[in-house]
Amino acid sequence: MDLKLKIWRQPSAHADGKFVDYQVTKISKDASFLEMLDILNEELVNKGEDPVAFDHDCREGICGMCSLFINGRPHGPDNAVTTCQLHMRKFKDGETVTIEPWRAKPFPVLKDLMVDRSAFDEIIQAGGFVSIATGGVPDANSIPIRKQNADLAMDAAACIGCGACVAACKNASAMLFVSAKVSQLALLPQGKVEAKERVQKMVAKMDELGFGNCTNTYACEAECPKEISVTNIARMNREFLVAKLS
Amino acid sequence: MSISYSSVTKKIWMSLMGFFLMTFLIVHLSINLLLVISPTTDLFNEASHFMGTNPFIQAFQWILFAGFIVHIIIGVVLQIENWMARPKGYRVKAGSEDSFFSKYMIHTGVIIFIFLIIHFVNFFLVAKGVIGEIPETMVDGKPMDDMGSVVIALFQLPYYMVGYLVALLILGFHLDHGFQSAFQSLGLNHPTYTPFIKGFGHFFAVIIAAAFMIIPLFIYFSK
Ligand code: FES
Repeated sequence: MDLKLKIWRQPSAHADGKFVDYQVTKISKDASFLEMLDILNEELVNKGEDPVAFDHDCREGICGMCSLFINGRPHGPDNAVTTCQLHMRKFKDGETVTIEPWRAKPFPVLKDLMVDRSAFDEIIQAGGFVSIATGGVPDANSIPIRKQNADLAMDAAACIGCGACVAACKNASAMLFVSAKVSQLALLPQGKVEAKERVQKMVAKMDELGFGNCTNTYACEAECPKEISVTNIARMNREFLVAKLS
Repeated sequence: MSISYSSVTKKIWMSLMGFFLMTFLIVHLSINLLLVISPTTDLFNEASHFMGTNPFIQAFQWILFAGFIVHIIIGVVLQIENWMARPKGYRVKAGSEDSFFSKYMIHTGVIIFIFLIIHFVNFFLVAKGVIGEIPETMVDGKPMDDMGSVVIALFQLPYYMVGYLVALLILGFHLDHGFQSAFQSLGLNHPTYTPFIKGFGHFFAVIIAAAFMIIPLFIYFSK
């Protein structure tokens, strides 16, 4: 299939960027979106031009490194997949595809389609961990956990921290990410101990970094490649309220 | 504000004030509906007399003003912060959302605010005797301000009636998102009740807007 691409090109963090048109031809329907960009880059390199910079690592949908805002949607037109798992059969032959970097004040563009997502690391560093002594590895099943909580914690832990929630949110809010991280720990016994401080510290860091406020639009949930639920945001609001009041 | 209060705290206040203003709307609506269910304006005049003279309501009035002010100020602060969080937008606009009117809360909010000022001047200040003249009437042998006739006179002006209808329609849009959003911000989420809350929120918005809109239409076409 042939495609017309409009790609955001920006030589460096502080340089001005612009959209540049490219044409790719004879792309297999079974190629992944990133493979299509690899083909483009190979052509650019052969012509002596600078290849398009984009983030990627595992290409298996598990690391959260790939990004890209494709035709108005983070991770493109398919639901519940990352860009690396997006296939070209989701596009029509001859279609124009606009590719933009994540846009948010705390995610500055480094080059072309690459953004700096270390703001997420800073939020985790603010409290997204367990620091109490929990002893050696316990026997399986020696700590009683409600099945329901184990499932909810596991669902929250599916977050790969890609930032699609921030990219999709009209307010560039990080609430879905932060709430998933708060939830996965608050639901389990070892994490509960520090739950109060954790939620306050992580929310404070999120605000400080300049993410927007949640307006309960739920675009984050709709676009999350791991289908993290906004019930995590409600849980975080609850945790926060309880932490403040007690 | 943005320095001393976290985003979640602001959202919690936003929803608490939202709930408070929604209960106010229900009280206000119940009194207005007296103009429709009663053939004369006596009931309405009696109710407005009570609201204007009861010491508890008089004191509560200031809490209501405070509620409006907190809701408006925090709403504007949140919106400005939200605009600042994405200095450069997308070329292809994102279209995914679950609560459509959440995108227009500031716009509907500003329109409701303008309506509130007009409403305040036309009714509240008139009722308080600050501006304009109110005719007197006798209800059960007691002299009272005839607020009913003030309302009827205004709703007989076509432009006023249409403006009122538009404002109330927009209030409905505001409530449509606001209702379920207030629950979510307070962390009130439950696998069984949340779908009901979402559904009821749409119903609530339609009912409040429609019931308020019936009043000017009824007066315009029947009086
Ligand atoms: S490259 Fe790892 S999730 Fe896409």
